[in-house]
Amino acid sequence: MTSQGVPVIVEAIEQPTPPKLIKGSPKWGDLILRIVAGLVLLYLFLPIFVIVLFSFNNPQGKFNYSWQGFTLNNWAHPFKYPALTDALKLSLNVAAVSTAFALVLGTLVAIALVRQRFRGRTAVDTFLILPLTAPEVVMGAALLTLFLDLSWAVGYTTILIAHIAFEISFIAMTVRARMRGFDWTLEDASMDLGASPARTFFKVTLPLIIPGIVAAGMLSFALSLDDFIITYFVSGSTVTYPLYVNAAVKAAVPPQINVLATAILLISLILLAVGTLYRRKRIEG
Amino acid sequence: MAGLASSSRQRSKIAPYLMILPALVYLGIFFVVPFFSLARTSLSSSGGSVYLPTLSFNWDFGNYVDAFSQYQDQIIRSFTYALAATALCLLLAFPLAYVIAFKAGRYKNLILGLVILPFFVTFLIRTIAWKTILADDGWVVSALGAVGLLPSEGRLLSTSWAVIGGLTYNWIIFMILPLYVSLEKIDPRLIEASKDLYSSNRRGFSRVILPLSMPGVLAGSLLVFIPASGDFINADYLGSTQTTMIGNVIQKQFLVVKDYPAAAALSMVLMAIILVGVLLYTRALGTEDLV
Repeated sequence: MTSQGVPVIVEAIEQPTPPKLIKGSPKWGDLILRIVAGLVLLYLFLPIFVIVLFSFNNPQGKFNYSWQGFTLNNWAHPFKYPALTDALKLSLNVAAVSTAFALVLGTLVAIALVRQRFRGRTAVDTFLILPLTAPEVVMGAALLTLFLDLSWAVGYTTILIAHIAFEISFIAMTVRARMRGFDWTLEDASMDLGASPARTFFKVTLPLIIPGIVAAGMLSFALSLDDFIITYFVSGSTVTYPLYVNAAVKAAVPPQINVLATAILLISLILLAVGTLYRRKRIEG
Repeated sequence: MAGLASSSRQRSKIAPYLMILPALVYLGIFFVVPFFSLARTSLSSSGGSVYLPTLSFNWDFGNYVDAFSQYQDQIIRSFTYALAATALCLLLAFPLAYVIAFKAGRYKNLILGLVILPFFVTFLIRTIAWKTILADDGWVVSALGAVGLLPSEGRLLSTSWAVIGGLTYNWIIFMILPLYVSLEKIDPRLIEASKDLYSSNRRGFSRVILPLSMPGVLAGSLLVFIPASGDFINADYLGSTQTTMIGNVIQKQFLVVKDYPAAAALSMVLMAIILVGVLLYTRALGTEDLV
């Protein structure tokens, strides 16, 4: 998933809308429409079925591209290839560290944009969208030329720098979208009751915006973990998880790639379900 | 009390700037400055030896001439593929977004979750899966061959269609979601009103639903077109040497050949064409509420 358009995803997921049904269209047309929609959904899942299925494959050669036979071996030894495991660990590290930095910078901007009126607000707003609209290959190339100009060695640090750069905008947009429509008079109430601005921030403002920050952080983490194109330009000889996968396509694709991908999918699914249940519980009180 | 109010007002004058400053400085250094580096590199000429290449900035516009003359095919191909993928995304996403918005009832959130789920698998691994699906000995090729849609010895992998298909698949979510958001906002009473005024279903669709979904169409097509035109993974994994895109050339020139000026000039060209295209497109559709 690229960093573009993530705010749209957030908007789509966050919209609390009652079911809306349009009735009265002819039954045949309706049926055809539903079948087409079902087929498109199936198309979205087709590669996922293949990925999960091939995590149980027992490939004879170097590549895990054609079905050879069922085995549980790959799942029994998910960390068989140290290089793959190391790459995944590095990616988790990069995702966590870059997200932590970007969360601070992005959240501050989001709060300023929603809560404060200041000169140049719309300009800042527009500027923040720009990194989300540049093609990744150009952003990667531009960063590489900067590092070349500065004669910085590319590696872990430059990967972090690049990831923070594309995460800030996206976090600011996500947090901002979640902050709209809050009851900010609570802050005034807290001040009126004698709380200091700092106390008000930690006791009132922060608890209000925490869910938005958590959501932005999780999506930023996912984006960082998945980023290939920008990372490819600024990584040097450092190998992240997507870079390992890309190198594997040229040399040898072990089924453990599918095992780890399936595991990540399952973990995301569980997190998604837990998050939804938690939110529902909060809303219902 | 008055002192407190005025001090807090004064504080709030600088406070927003202090809050936006760190991010703006960061993006200034690592987003704006890199584009100046890129522009500078694109106007430099490379010299020195193979072992110790040097770049000297001398307004060398020759890199741009070379970019157009040498890689004209890749430039045209990139935008053709990206356009085809955007059109396919629109065609596939519309029925699904429509059903989620209007017909899904209480399963709406479940289906939305299902739509997003595949994108939790790394983009590269999804593309590798398409390699398996479209393989010469795969069931898709044999099924298409059996019904005569594909000649014997016909292939899917390594064709333009495989690359366009991959681009479509990898970015379709960015078409589905904005479309869904704009369809969702349509007041169903408007559709009922069109029925009450004796418009046919088709007319109701073309006169009410389609115009009101335009912001979604616009946002979705930009979100698909921009990353698709710069992509090199799909052409690399699913295509052949006959299907290379501008992204492949940029990547190769930067990281393999290390001809930085040529690669930088190509990046600038890609960026410029996208900017012009986006401007023309937004003007043509006449929608300003993009984000």
